[in-house]
Amino acid sequence: MAGTVSINLASGSRAQAPATRDAPIVRWTLIAIALGFLALFLVLPLVVIFAEAFREGIGAYFASFNDPDALAAIKLTLLTAAIAVPVNVVFGVCAAWAITKFKFPGRSLLVTLIDLPFAVSPVVAGLIFVLVFGLQGWLGPWLAEHDIKVIFAVPGIVLATLFITFPFVARELIPLMEEQGTEEEQAAMTLGARGWTIFRRVTLPNIRWALLYGVILCNARAMGEFGAVSVVSGHIRGETNTLPLHVEILYNEYSFVAAFATASLLAVLAIVTLVLKSLVEYRVRRQIARAAIGEESS
Amino acid sequence: MFLRRPSIILSILAFATVALAQSRTLLNVSYDPTRELYKDFNAAFVQHWYDTTGERVRIRMSHGGAGKQARSVIDGLEADVVTLALAYDIDAIGEKAGLLPEGWQSRLPNASAPYTSTIVFLVRKGNPKGIRDWDDLLKPGIGIITPNPKTSGGARWNYLAAWGYAMQKELGDLTKISDPSKADEVRAAEDKAREFVTALYRKVPVMDTGARGSTTTFVQRGIGDVFLSWENEAFLAVEELGPDKFEIIVPSVSILAQPPVTVVDKVVDKRGTRDLAEAYLEYLYSPIGQRLAAKHFYRPYQPEHADPADLKRFPEVSLFTIDQVFGGWQRAQAEHFNDGGVFDQIYRP
Repeated sequence: MAGTVSINLASGSRAQAPATRDAPIVRWTLIAIALGFLALFLVLPLVVIFAEAFREGIGAYFASFNDPDALAAIKLTLLTAAIAVPVNVVFGVCAAWAITKFKFPGRSLLVTLIDLPFAVSPVVAGLIFVLVFGLQGWLGPWLAEHDIKVIFAVPGIVLATLFITFPFVARELIPLMEEQGTEEEQAAMTLGARGWTIFRRVTLPNIRWALLYGVILCNARAMGEFGAVSVVSGHIRGETNTLPLHVEILYNEYSFVAAFATASLLAVLAIVTLVLKSLVEYRVRRQIARAAIGEESS
Repeated sequence: MFLRRPSIILSILAFATVALAQSRTLLNVSYDPTRELYKDFNAAFVQHWYDTTGERVRIRMSHGGAGKQARSVIDGLEADVVTLALAYDIDAIGEKAGLLPEGWQSRLPNASAPYTSTIVFLVRKGNPKGIRDWDDLLKPGIGIITPNPKTSGGARWNYLAAWGYAMQKELGDLTKISDPSKADEVRAAEDKAREFVTALYRKVPVMDTGARGSTTTFVQRGIGDVFLSWENEAFLAVEELGPDKFEIIVPSVSILAQPPVTVVDKVVDKRGTRDLAEAYLEYLYSPIGQRLAAKHFYRPYQPEHADPADLKRFPEVSLFTIDQVFGGWQRAQAEHFNDGGVFDQIYRP
């Protein structure tokens, strides 16, 4: 998902020529298949969610959020995102900065490691935390002795979410910062600016749209993560259930309207994310195009 | 954007800790189908505790497949009490994490099972495939829904019920199992039972991790013709989703399923909740606890306390125990469900 920007960008600014000279019927058939597929697998499920959520009317829909467990799930989800997103922003910017502005041994290893959470199944990611922090795990006995709870409590959920959303910001920044190069920073340095000023006045304005894009994706995943969080949650009602886990519980309790109403919250989040993403993507593309033009003319 | 307002984060954190520190709490880690029972029971117990001691307590619940829940407690989920589907999972908590003593099962009456249940068949209305007993499950064209015995306690009872039925059919009398002079006959019956269970699991199209997941598969998603289910879960499905859609079929023989409860000693001693946890479990045996169990379709240990109308719903069925056929949970688990056991040998997805 995160890789798409860099791929799109390469062709984005070039003039469009017809790719094929196929007969219109071929073209239209292909378009119809693509759209049909999209409707069937993306739009239809979304419609179903809202149809089910509103099946017993608006009153029942809003009553679903009035339950203390639902409110606790919303609160926990917001809290998790409120911690995971800023931490990963700081990490992502640092990592992207280090990777693109400096040459150091282990650089390509770092790039590969950033992608690790994409490669590892979320369930495995959750189990890693159980193995490390669980009572039978490496740190478990020590943690128990000092009465520190990590897994089956909020810290574990935040940790798992951090791990899963690790790559999103860095992955968005690296291609852009690579394209932009270090000339502007070098110019600033010759003018006497110091590290932090350079970052604030030169680098940050250059990357702000890509950064925002990363934040949006990171946030969407932080709020929607199921697998890893499910493993470390312990499923204590009203305490360690995030929104996605709460949806599962409601569904299993035959509270279908409430389950779909809660699911619709996540769906709304997804739609908002998509809209924001398209807007920001447009700005990022312009920025990269500008960086590319700047490079050619210099 | 959140960084600019650390006060919001702080206040959320503060709120969370205040909410937790308010009163004593008790965490009950339970298996899937007890959700509705404990929702009612917890409310009754909190009131009872307040009336007798003046202390306001909060009961927290966690539900999931019994095996998975036991694993979580072993890994550090701080359960004050566990109310799981079968004794083996609680044994595992004692063995692997040393959180409770070996003799835990004799601490409460009826082998620590305040309520029991059995395994029945849930079929679609009108019983279109004509399923009456275990043998009918093997008729061609029948899809059987049951969860995975590796993770679900209910699924293990299902498996053992099927095995026990086959043994009963071959031997006619289950007391032969403990008779050394009948060893050959018993071995032949075991081969038959193995064949029966193998054929049965070939007909399972979807295997969920917990009993409730399987109920949803059968009931909501409409997959399969018969669902091997906890009796209480089957009653609940019929009640929640309409008696016009499903029917309960009681087989000629089934297993007496005893879901036990116990206090997790190490946790209650650390958290200072032993008195509360013990009172909580004892309350399950009280007239009110027994009545609520029957109301939620569990067969109460002391039926005299239950509403006779609730009791009338339970059909007569001939039940065998796990000790009779398998020599207890430890042996059943080692022989059938551990890695490389009979289930691993017969089940090919």
